[in-house]
Amino acid sequence: MGQPHDLGNIIDAHPFFDGIDAELRTLLVGCAANERFEPGEFLLREGKAADKFFLIRGGTVAVEVDVPGKKPIILETMGEGEVLGWSWMVAPFMATFDARATVAVRALSFDGKCLRKKMAADPALGYAVMSRFVPVMAHRLQQTRMQLLDLYGVDAEGGKKKKKGKGD
Amino acid sequence: MSAHAKDPMLPRPFRVEKVKRELSDTFTMELVPAEGGGFSFAAGQFNMLYVFGIGEVPISISGDPGEHERLVHTTRAVGKVSGALDALKVGDVIGVRGPYGIPWPVEAAFGRDLVFVAGGVGLAPLRPAIYQAMANRERFGKVMVLYGARTPEDILFKKEIERWRGRFDMDVAVTVDRATGKWGGNVGVVTNLVAKGGFDPQNTTAFVCGPEVMMRYAAQALEKKGVGRGSIFVSMERNMKCGVGLCGHCQWGTHFVCKDGPVFRYDSIADLFSIREL
Repeated sequence: MGQPHDLGNIIDAHPFFDGIDAELRTLLVGCAANERFEPGEFLLREGKAADKFFLIRGGTVAVEVDVPGKKPIILETMGEGEVLGWSWMVAPFMATFDARATVAVRALSFDGKCLRKKMAADPALGYAVMSRFVPVMAHRLQQTRMQLLDLYGVDAEGGKKKKKGKGD
Repeated sequence: MSAHAKDPMLPRPFRVEKVKRELSDTFTMELVPAEGGGFSFAAGQFNMLYVFGIGEVPISISGDPGEHERLVHTTRAVGKVSGALDALKVGDVIGVRGPYGIPWPVEAAFGRDLVFVAGGVGLAPLRPAIYQAMANRERFGKVMVLYGARTPEDILFKKEIERWRGRFDMDVAVTVDRATGKWGGNVGVVTNLVAKGGFDPQNTTAFVCGPEVMMRYAAQALEKKGVGRGSIFVSMERNMKCGVGLCGHCQWGTHFVCKDGPVFRYDSIADLFSIREL
C-alpha cells in the first residue's frame, strides 16, 4: 500500500476524480490502496463480495462471464484511465461479473465499505462520488445497448439494398 | 473519347482475375479491363457492377487508388446480385460502370491528424483512403485507424491490419463487440476507441464508414471529443440504380447519395440522420 500523499497524487492523476475538492480527496485517500494484479488474476469474482472498485492505472482488465466447460465470454475490456466496478454501491454488494487481468494491471482500489460509510456521513463526498459514477454507468448502459444492436450483423445492416459491398 | 466515357449507362467489360474469401460471407474480387486500358478512381468512389442476366449493384472500390491496372472490390454476399458476384470464377466477365460519387477528401486533410473510424465491412470503402494516407504519410500529423467488428472471426483484412499495426507511423486499434477468452484484444463498441482519443481534436479530420447507426454514434463520439462537424465525413448508403443522379432511387432529403455522396461532410447531413422517414 502506498503512502497517503502518493495515493493522493495518484487520485489527482486519474481522470475519474478530475476536479475533486482537496478535502474530499483526503477522505478518499483513507479508503484507497495501490494494487497490482498479474495476468490471469481476478480483480472481482461473480457472486463474491463486491467490496472494492478500481481506478485502472495501467494494463487491461476483461469483464467476463464464466461459461462452464468453455472459454469465458468477454463482455468488455477496460484499460488505463477507466473505472471498474459499481456493485459496491448497490445492495447486496455482490459482483455480477468476473473481472480478470489480461496483462499486468496497476490499479488504485477503494474499499467499498469504508467509502459507503464516509459517503453516508458526508453528503458532499457522496455527491462527488455519485456524480462521477452515474455518467460511467450511463455510458456502459449505452455501450451495452449498442452491442445488443449487433450492428455488424446481416440483419442489422439489411433491409435495403446497399452499396459498399453490403447490399444486394 | 471511348463509348464508355461518353455514355455513363454503358458498362465496360472487366474480367475476374482473382477472388479471395475474406470472411464467411465476404469476398474480394480483383478485376482487369477485358478490352485493355486502365482504370482510375478516387478513394471512396464506387462502381456499378453488372452480373449479366442477374442485375447491377453499387459496390465501393476497396483497392489502392495508386494502382490503375486492376480494380478491387470487397463485398458481402447478402442478396441476389452480390450472391451472383460471389459465385463468379476467375475468367468470368462482368460489366462495370463508374467510378461514381464524391470521394473522401484525403488531400484536404493534409497537415492534420487523420482518424479513420470503421465498422464491420465499412473498412472496405475506407481502405483506399488509408492507402492514400500511407502513400502520403509525411503530409499528415497522426494517422489512426479505429476499427470495430462483430467478433474476432469477423475482422476484415486481418493480415493487412496486422501489417498496419506493425508500422511505427500509424496507430491502429481494433475492438470487437463480443469475444471469448481466446481473444486478447479490446472488447467493446468502436466509439470507445474514439473516446480514448490520442489525436488533436481541433486539428483532426475523421472519415467514418460502417452501418448507419454506428456512424451516427461514432460522429457523436468524435464531436464529444471536440472534433468539429465540418471535419467529420461519413459514407452513406441508399438504394441506387443509375448511379449518376438521374433515377432518384437514392434520394436522401435534398441529396442524391450516388451523386452528392456517398461521402458527405457530417455538418451537411447530420440533421437528416434523425429523420426516420428518410
